[in-house]
Amino acid sequence: MIYMDNAATTRMSKEVFDAMTPYMLEQYANAAGTYSFAAKSTEAIEKARKQTAAVIGAKANEIYFTSGGTESDNWALKGAAKAYAAKGKHIITSAIEHHAILHTCDALKKDGYDITILPVDADGKVSPADVEAAIRPDTILVSIMAANNEIGTIQPLREIGEITKKHGVLFHTDAVQAYAHIPLNVDEMHIDLLSASAHKFHGPKGVGILYVRRGVKLTNFMDGGAQEKKRRAGTSNVPGIVGMGAAAQIAMANMEESIKKVSEVRDHLIGRIVAEIPHAKLNGHKTDRLPGNVNFCFRFIEGESMLMLLDANGICASSGSACTSGSLDPSHVLLAIGLPHEIAHGSLRLSLCEDNTMEQADFVVDQLKTIIPRLRAMSPLYEDFVRENA
Amino acid sequence: MYTDKVMDHFMNPRNVGEIEGASGVGTVGNAKCGDIMRIYLDIDENQVVRDAKFKTFGCGAAIATSSMATELIIGKTVQEALELTNKAVMDALGGLPPVKVHCSLLAEQAVHAALWDYAQKNNLVIEGLEPPVEDIDELEHEEDEE
Repeated sequence: MIYMDNAATTRMSKEVFDAMTPYMLEQYANAAGTYSFAAKSTEAIEKARKQTAAVIGAKANEIYFTSGGTESDNWALKGAAKAYAAKGKHIITSAIEHHAILHTCDALKKDGYDITILPVDADGKVSPADVEAAIRPDTILVSIMAANNEIGTIQPLREIGEITKKHGVLFHTDAVQAYAHIPLNVDEMHIDLLSASAHKFHGPKGVGILYVRRGVKLTNFMDGGAQEKKRRAGTSNVPGIVGMGAAAQIAMANMEESIKKVSEVRDHLIGRIVAEIPHAKLNGHKTDRLPGNVNFCFRFIEGESMLMLLDANGICASSGSACTSGSLDPSHVLLAIGLPHEIAHGSLRLSLCEDNTMEQADFVVDQLKTIIPRLRAMSPLYEDFVRENA
Repeated sequence: MYTDKVMDHFMNPRNVGEIEGASGVGTVGNAKCGDIMRIYLDIDENQVVRDAKFKTFGCGAAIATSSMATELIIGKTVQEALELTNKAVMDALGGLPPVKVHCSLLAEQAVHAALWDYAQKNNLVIEGLEPPVEDIDELEHEEDEE
């Protein structure tokens, strides 16, 4: 099997697994316990807090453990919206955010908040000038993702952060795809809130963080016990938190090398597809993109059938077609970068990690060179195209 | 999510292609929603479907339903082909996931559209044949609301 869906989730690394297991089998205490047996669980959590903070240049006491990216996004937006409602009810975000942000904004809208959704350019970039122009006296929060999950475009976080800082508006970034993949620094980028998820970088599923800059107010999202300094209730997921810490530390230590290795395979894939498959369009920014992201639209064919044929050849990938989104519309990200529906339906995302090799990349391109002509030969759109251009 | 039968018709679709000088051609669906089906019919003087071919832009289910629909109508009379329902196509495939039922409707409509074209070309009136639906997805939306 060739796994190229690392933006969906990653294989847990053996080191992470080994770091976690003692906290299930032996050191299973509830960290809130008063006995000395529990102290080791608390120590392990605090170690992971330091490890996860280090990735973004934050202080350990600004990291809160959650159940994952979706909870972190919900908490950041709903928590800030409520806490700052007296200042205003206006929030700015972008058209290519993950649904954890966009649907949270929809929910806030029903509660009387005013949401501005900024457009992106053809490469999927948010313009910092647009952010500044959208800020009003009642704006409380700007939420722009660090890097897009579908097309891999990296946003100008520092420029946006400088603007939000100047205007005294909070800046949240959904860094689920970027955290532990590319350098991020909350101080240099003026980020006030940042969401990340462990399973996107070889950590466990079901655990994430919300970075909350000191002094930023958030109402609680999970009410209950006194965990996480009374800001996020619920028994601490000790093995998950330990796993996230271990995965963060490994990613941190290897980031430079990993970026180099993964982007080489990415560029090889992109280069071969552009050169060898006609009517293929690269989606996302050419250079400001995640090291592991490849996203193409192949004209005249539909994504799901392409995925099924790749699967039949042992290749795991994803698409933004309607059939994979569970609706009649293709991905909102592909539409936001200006692609017509019929082209957006033919998208393919290959998302890589350190495990993917040049040989795998070559195999995938070779398969695509069979699969795409096969589907085109079946396509009435291609038939019409050939006829019109005969 | 798909039955073995659907996978078989997707991986080895029957009757892919075009028919030169077809008796009737029907195209339904729209690219906006991600599926288009085109069915070609070769109908003999006894109003029997001698051959059927298809071209489909769409998901696995769209390709499998087109393949099955063509297979089901070859050798049938025009009247029998008209009576092919989306349910019959689905049943022959061992069922479809609920979100893919519209693909079988599209296949039924594509056959009807090709028959309509045949009737128009030959100045025939086929009992029970309605003009093709311009936008199959409009039809679906209405049905979804019921």
